[in-house]
Amino acid sequence: MSRMKELVKGFVKENPTYVQVLGMCPTLAVTTNAVNGLGMGLATTFVLTLSNVVISSIRKLVPEKIRIPIFIVVIATFVTIIDLLMHAYLYDLWKTLGLYIPLIVVNCIIMGRAEAYASKHGALDSLMDGIGMGLGFTGSLVLLGSIRELFGNGTIFGIKVWSLRVFLGILPPGAYITLGLLSGLFVFVGKKRGDKK
Amino acid sequence: MKVFLLFFAAIFINNFILARFLGICPFLGVSKKLETALGMGLAVIFVMTVSSAIAWTLDRLLISLGLDFLRTIVFIVVIATFVQFVELFLKKTNPGLYEALGIFLPLITTNCAILGVVILNSMMKLGFLEAVFHALGSSLGFTMALVIFAGVREKLEMYDLPEPFRGTAGALITAGLLSMAFMGFQGMVKI
Repeated sequence: MSRMKELVKGFVKENPTYVQVLGMCPTLAVTTNAVNGLGMGLATTFVLTLSNVVISSIRKLVPEKIRIPIFIVVIATFVTIIDLLMHAYLYDLWKTLGLYIPLIVVNCIIMGRAEAYASKHGALDSLMDGIGMGLGFTGSLVLLGSIRELFGNGTIFGIKVWSLRVFLGILPPGAYITLGLLSGLFVFVGKKRGDKK
Repeated sequence: MKVFLLFFAAIFINNFILARFLGICPFLGVSKKLETALGMGLAVIFVMTVSSAIAWTLDRLLISLGLDFLRTIVFIVVIATFVQFVELFLKKTNPGLYEALGIFLPLITTNCAILGVVILNSMMKLGFLEAVFHALGSSLGFTMALVIFAGVREKLEMYDLPEPFRGTAGALITAGLLSMAFMGFQGMVKI
């Protein structure tokens, strides 16, 4: 039961994007449509989960003082793996995401989870934490990507919804404004819920 | 000529924060005060320019050895080491500057703008001088956006925003408006 809790907490309560405000760069940059958001989210989930497991398994061998460089090398290895895999099997997506795939290395969610969670907990818990946080991140990216795609292009996942097009949606300012409104909404809803209790 | 185009395009058109979304964490994190924003900006200008020169050399080496798939790992290690080194060096030689930049230096390692510019240089296959000026322009653009934004935010503190929009949400929307203003530069230089 407690393992399930580790998994679910990333979805809403400790949502990395809207609540913890981590990993903002890919969140803003690649969410021009829902598919890109999904791809980026899953790539990050892959890296986050595996690096969480490895880091938590080696946590007792790693000297305290040089743990950060070691964590970074572990993370960078998995990023290189996903980069090569996507290059081989998902070429179009790899091309659109471009620069932002190697930049998963410096996504603060991954380092944050390694430091705050995986370096203190067992491998199985860290696996759950990685999957949960990763999916929470993916969810926020898909949500943001869908909204931007809907307003910017009138579609969601490439399926036409209406013919309204606010071009701003897919341009850089649209990313900031949509995310700002969403996180405002998150705070508002969170407060309302807190008041009820 | 291309060097200057790259330089100015990196400042105004492909601005790291407002168009490319790199370095958003420090952008939101240290932009509450003008002074800290300036400190962060200076640290970024220095580290970004020098580490892109180092990384350019290493990139050539990796390509000639046929090991270019190791790029990400090598670059991040180089940046982390370089930042550590700068920290130690400044502490010994220039304690005043160290005090001023102190807290920002370690933060820079995970600033995606640094790794971003280095990977961009490698992707765009820039020459040495082009790479260095691209990095210099990008970091100046970063600092400019950071300082403007901090100025706006200092003023914003005094206004009575609706409760949920105080803090991050309001900051993001402000950044959106700033980014909209910078879209006016779009298309001015073609590379």
